[in-house]
Amino acid sequence: MKFYSIFFILLVFLLSACGGRNQSSQQQTQPQTPVASAEKSAEMANHPGKKVYQSFCLACHMADGTGVPGMHPPLIQTDWVTGDKERLIDITLNGMSGKIEVNGETYNSIMPPHSHLSDKQIADVLTYIRKSFGNDASEITVTEVQKVRNK
Amino acid sequence: MKNWLFLILTIVVFSCGKKDETTNNQLVSDPDNGGITLPEGFSALVVAEETGRGRHIAVNTNGDIYVSLRDHSENKGIACLRDTTGNGRADIIKYAGEHTGTGIKLHKGFLYFGSDTAVVRYPLQADELLPANNWEMIARGFPQERQHEAKPMEFDGQGNMYVTVGAPANACMEQMRTKGSPGMDPCPILEYAGGIWKFKDDVLNQYQLTDGERYATGIRHAVANSWNKQVNELYVVQHGRDQLSQFFPEMFDDQQNAELPAEEFFLVTEGADFGWPYCYYDPFQEKKVLAPEYGGDGIISERCENKTDPIMAFPGHIGPNDLLFYTGDMFPEKYHNGAFIALHGSWNRAPEPQSGYFVVFVPFDGAYPSGDWEIFADGFAGVETISSTRDAEYRPCGLTQGPDGSLYVVDSNKGKVWRIMYS
Repeated sequence: MKFYSIFFILLVFLLSACGGRNQSSQQQTQPQTPVASAEKSAEMANHPGKKVYQSFCLACHMADGTGVPGMHPPLIQTDWVTGDKERLIDITLNGMSGKIEVNGETYNSIMPPHSHLSDKQIADVLTYIRKSFGNDASEITVTEVQKVRNK
Repeated sequence: MKNWLFLILTIVVFSCGKKDETTNNQLVSDPDNGGITLPEGFSALVVAEETGRGRHIAVNTNGDIYVSLRDHSENKGIACLRDTTGNGRADIIKYAGEHTGTGIKLHKGFLYFGSDTAVVRYPLQADELLPANNWEMIARGFPQERQHEAKPMEFDGQGNMYVTVGAPANACMEQMRTKGSPGMDPCPILEYAGGIWKFKDDVLNQYQLTDGERYATGIRHAVANSWNKQVNELYVVQHGRDQLSQFFPEMFDDQQNAELPAEEFFLVTEGADFGWPYCYYDPFQEKKVLAPEYGGDGIISERCENKTDPIMAFPGHIGPNDLLFYTGDMFPEKYHNGAFIALHGSWNRAPEPQSGYFVVFVPFDGAYPSGDWEIFADGFAGVETISSTRDAEYRPCGLTQGPDGSLYVVDSNKGKVWRIMYS
């Protein structure tokens, strides 16, 4: 009986050692969108910010907000987007350059300023990205944009 | 009963160990070629699954492999791979060097490395996998750039080194990448970037603008560069400009934005001017046209008529990131002296689907292509349609040729390395 137990333990061990490598190579690196947030994103389909996003942001940050590895950071599940509103408005108005870390990846690129957009366009597009791609943060108002622009 | 169990155990052990068989000194390709597709007769094995954020790759005469990294791995910027068993798979992966970057070439007993602001070289040590730490400065003074900053280098075998200095811009607009901003005329960037600079390959501490010589200009960025030893000329492949429909929606729609301009393959002769930022190549009209930032309407050429044309035009934005002229004997005749180009894959075709993410082959006869380009290795992305760049599992970024004529490809997401062979 003891022999069979050892045999089966050995068999299980060998099989798992065999399969282990394949499993790890298939791991998805993309963040998963929670169901509730996906519904939220669907609600955003007709948001006025979406059009602004498509015209001015999508080329670099992609339709799904995932960005480009090593070039343009993602807008998903990061404090840069869902955190401090003032910082987010400031980056949008005045642009940004230099090394930043987003979701564990380093980016050292340049974002051009978008001060030519109206306060309403900026409020709309920032509300859109804070509530899309699985994000669920509060909206940004025209008054909040004005405040940062007039600083 | 016991015999039956031992039979199962033997089968399990045998089938499990088969893939990792290492003692017979034979190169056995992976049944799935490591996830890529190749022409008939070619096969591939995976040298390493992960080495870091790979960029370019070099193989020494003893088979040791060096991969330049964009970001540090274990605080180092060069992945050093060795196969000690002769099965082609790296069983030693160590890290060396403090610089990160793109250019990496073995030359005169050194490992030359292009960081984003300098070209340095690390001395190789006899029989040692790792290069020594006491690096020397070869070329410095390159601009601090946050776009197109990669510094690939190439040698002509006559004592010279050529370094791409990419332009930190899209089209030299007064306000960087801003709608409505006109192009600067003349573009001041061309004084220090947007071209190829020539240096001595063996002189220390050369400064770009005082010791280097601007060899060619009007090149937005060219990560892919190679000296063709058959004709003794430099060739590069350019990353064309972006965002035509974003800045000029009245002139270009999203589909035109995805297809324009071509990625251009240049034969780089001394003093050549390829036209950036004033001009771009339209592969449908088969000519250089004036960029809209400089008054162009997508049709007129004006000052672009006397700029040097490409020797071949590839689809827009597919990201040529390495070029290799094949000089080995392993591949069939048609590949001899032809060019392999790694297309890293686009990001700037959005909202149209992305393209690239494959390795192409261009047959050559002498200095010029003798036929059209064709896809050589594909399937790196692992998905059919790539909407966002991040959908791609792997992105081919660097190429090199092994001492036996194998073709090595390195990916930029995880630094996966394939060795492609013919039999």
